[in-house]
Amino acid sequence: MLDTIRRLVDEQGRLAVAAEAIGDNADLYATGLTSFAAVQLMLALEETFDVEFPDRMLNRRSFSSIASIAGCLHELKEAA
Amino acid sequence: MCQACDSFLDRLFAKGVLHETGVDGLYGRGQAFEAVIEGMDRLITRLAEGDHAEVIRFPPGMNRALFEKSGYMKNFPQLAGTVHSFAGSEKDHLALLDNIHNGGDWTGGQGATDIVLTPAACYPLYPIVARRGQLAPEGGLFDIQSYCFRHEPSKDPARMQMFRMREFVRIGLPEQAASFRESWLERARGFAETLELPHHIDVANDPFFGRAGRMMASSQREQALKFELLVPIESTENPTACQSFNYHQDHFGELWGIKTASGETAHTACVGFGMERLALALFKHHGIDTNGWPTSVRAALSL
Ligand SMILES: [Zn+2]
Repeated sequence: MLDTIRRLVDEQGRLAVAAEAIGDNADLYATGLTSFAAVQLMLALEETFDVEFPDRMLNRRSFSSIASIAGCLHELKEAA
Repeated sequence: MCQACDSFLDRLFAKGVLHETGVDGLYGRGQAFEAVIEGMDRLITRLAEGDHAEVIRFPPGMNRALFEKSGYMKNFPQLAGTVHSFAGSEKDHLALLDNIHNGGDWTGGQGATDIVLTPAACYPLYPIVARRGQLAPEGGLFDIQSYCFRHEPSKDPARMQMFRMREFVRIGLPEQAASFRESWLERARGFAETLELPHHIDVANDPFFGRAGRMMASSQREQALKFELLVPIESTENPTACQSFNYHQDHFGELWGIKTASGETAHTACVGFGMERLALALFKHHGIDTNGWPTSVRAALSL
């Protein structure tokens, strides 16, 4: 899962560094993730993992690190 | 007529403060209303005296190509208004008249013009600033005003579809944008106190569209990028935003390629006065007849 998330971060995040070089808990916003790129990333995650983020997850925190994204996805997958 | 059961809007109509047009959110303005708007305009100008902001006034429409580039349709498609016009043949014209006569859809053949209705007073400003090239070390400061359009018909008089927005816009270094916003938050409190309006300032978000918008909105709040000065008008639980204080970070600087003197992407901030909302707040709290308003408020507005 983490590899897929990293691929989507590379594709959608428009960051100056490769996702490979970003730690699981590193702050993606500090790495240059903009609000709009975060939205693009959110939509790509939904499509790839076939989930729909509920309203309570549609915030800045959920997409702030690779680990927090994985946490949200785990929660959704378990509930499904 | 029963005073108690008439809505605030009904009373404004009855006294000719506003004039009904048949469309919610689209009103004519009476003499008393305009005198209040003019008084506030002068008061705001006095607040900013000494800042030496460059004055620009805009018509209610903006260049469609620049509007498209602004990204407004990404975030607020539900609020935008475009200007369309007839561009058909004589035959098309006859069909159009026929449709009007028969109550059919006559607008289908209208074509988009190069103009869209301005959604926020600062939108037409950024491309003008960008065209001038790199900013001076002191950055830019602008005093702008425009009629704005937002498609949100409502019986709440404070939610008009066409209204004036007076703005001050700061363009420059992040610190310049931040201190500009701080100083206006302070001035706004003084402004509301002078006008004796009950108010408070709170973190806010723009009405971004859809699920992506929910995320944009929560992100805007978490970063405290937008504050509003709220005054109860139609309700105490949901007070009306009469002024907003926005920090766009480098969003517009990046989008329009605005550079500071040292070549960095410029940061921008704006403070907006919703002129109609402020006027309505005054009519709500001080009464429909401006002659009965507190002497100090009348003096501040040179009424
Ligand atoms: Zn603005």
